[in-house]
Amino acid sequence: MASQEQKNVSSRTEEEHVEDVPLPAPSPDSAAAQAATSGVDDLLDEIDGVLETNAEEFVRGFVQKGGQ
Amino acid sequence: MSVVRVMGAETEYGIHAPGAGQFNATWLSTQVVNAYSKSTAHRASAGGETRWDYTDEDPLADARGWSMARGAAHPSQLTDTELTAAQIALEGGETGDPAMPLMMNMVLGNGARLYVDHAHPEYSSPEVTNPLDAVRWDAAGDLVALAAVRRIAATPGLPGVNLYKNNTDNKAVSYGSHENYLMPRSVPFKEIVSGLTPFFATRAIMCGAGRVGLGQDGSAAGFQISQRADFFEAEVGLETTIRRPIINTRDEPHAVADKYRRLHVIIGDANLSQVSNYLKFGTTALVLDMIENGTAPELKLADPVSTLRAVSHDWQLRGKHLLEDGSAVTALEVQWRYLNAAKEHCAANGSSHPGTGDGHTAAVLAKWEEVLDGLGRDPMSLAGQLEWVAKLNLLQQYRTRDNMRWDDPRLGLIDLQWSDVRPEKGLYYKLLEHGRMERLVSDESIAAAVEAPPSDTRAYFRGRCIQQFGAHVVGASWDSVIFELPALRRLQRVSTKEPLRGNEALTKPLFDRNQHLEDFLAELVSGSL
Repeated sequence: MASQEQKNVSSRTEEEHVEDVPLPAPSPDSAAAQAATSGVDDLLDEIDGVLETNAEEFVRGFVQKGGQ
Repeated sequence: MSVVRVMGAETEYGIHAPGAGQFNATWLSTQVVNAYSKSTAHRASAGGETRWDYTDEDPLADARGWSMARGAAHPSQLTDTELTAAQIALEGGETGDPAMPLMMNMVLGNGARLYVDHAHPEYSSPEVTNPLDAVRWDAAGDLVALAAVRRIAATPGLPGVNLYKNNTDNKAVSYGSHENYLMPRSVPFKEIVSGLTPFFATRAIMCGAGRVGLGQDGSAAGFQISQRADFFEAEVGLETTIRRPIINTRDEPHAVADKYRRLHVIIGDANLSQVSNYLKFGTTALVLDMIENGTAPELKLADPVSTLRAVSHDWQLRGKHLLEDGSAVTALEVQWRYLNAAKEHCAANGSSHPGTGDGHTAAVLAKWEEVLDGLGRDPMSLAGQLEWVAKLNLLQQYRTRDNMRWDDPRLGLIDLQWSDVRPEKGLYYKLLEHGRMERLVSDESIAAAVEAPPSDTRAYFRGRCIQQFGAHVVGASWDSVIFELPALRRLQRVSTKEPLRGNEALTKPLFDRNQHLEDFLAELVSGSL
């Protein structure tokens, strides 16, 4: 899926263009994929905003005692 | 004769107080239990602060020791406060405000148990009878954990505590998420071992939670399918904390011992993905049914422990694994053999019949097939279903966008934060919120399962006892509830050795009829349960 996403990366302008001008009709697949790709960018932006700051220190500090 | 059987989940949460120095993890875990006891309306007397004071001065401590008979295996679960405090202190680290109660154990109104197991808070789900309910009441535990986190965050004097539904700190430590399945005692254990081992060595391709890092300490760069695989070093054994075995032999039936065994499965990853969790319980229940009926596929891995790891390290699912007969199979082929045998088995006994079957069996078979099909075509096509694929997909998106190598600490953080139980922080919950993870049970029904026990097992009896007579419940275990009769100053122990009795159909009228404990117990003891 990762390679698929790279292949389908598109700007928002293109996506809007597709919505505005249905001809020549893009295959439903590619329209959906473009929407999905833009969704991925938005999602990563959102996740950037909630990730703990200083990843290295945070991960290093997560030390557990043994369990079952 | 199907996927329907008594089962349950145990989840040990990773616990962390970021930026608060080296806190004693056991002490922090007691605060998780304590915090939940403050935020729930359903409390046994032993789950309340006052009651702890009372029992300290009372020989009831023995009864409570008995009610936690599993403490024989884990001394830290013993509820004698003095001993517990001493044990906790021995572990070192800060123990915070000495005025805070050290709460080790609660039985919840939904029939679950919330307690301190080793240095982790653990939620053990109530007994359920099918994989969908297993998913529901396990997810309810994540809401219990969340409620405790919120409560602690709002309590002055306590450090903020995060809970993670994962299985390793990536520094050579692992903690478990176990499954339990009720089986007839009559099935020879060696058949359980031979029937389950190839299945367990390969099932992570459906129910692995994904992990960044290879090796027990995670020091080698890369991604693997399972959180737990690298921590398993034996094929069969009694241990759960060292030399972990693929098949665990712990034999505590928590039921009529000569009739039942409780198969204690320690090899699974904790799952947030509902599809992965569902398949974990559903397919395992089907394999057990085949073992009990002599229809499990017969194949023997040459080296199950190394296959388990190799499967986990091979997310492209290309590797072949040696069988004892010298041939080699992929993990997917092993799973197909089990699925095909299960389809035949269930068609023959009628459990998967669309009209007259139990419903659950056909649904598990269909999901199992859908997932194996998808894994065969393109594993990444299951990014909305399987937990390891969803996590890998997110990691790959980050790697693509920011050109990260596998040893980038941000990828380690994404792996860890994936399982944060707070929806505003947990990355699984972010995907769920955006409709990117398939739901099998609704948010509403998970929330309801925090409060209500399952209707079709003895967990109903246990949960209703806590809800209705909690102030008089001084102890409980999987197979008993102990009441104190205040007027008589004596204890009444009610045994619940049959996991399918004590259900709603059998006991609801008794609870509804008797609002007073004395009346309730009088009718109960007269022989209605």
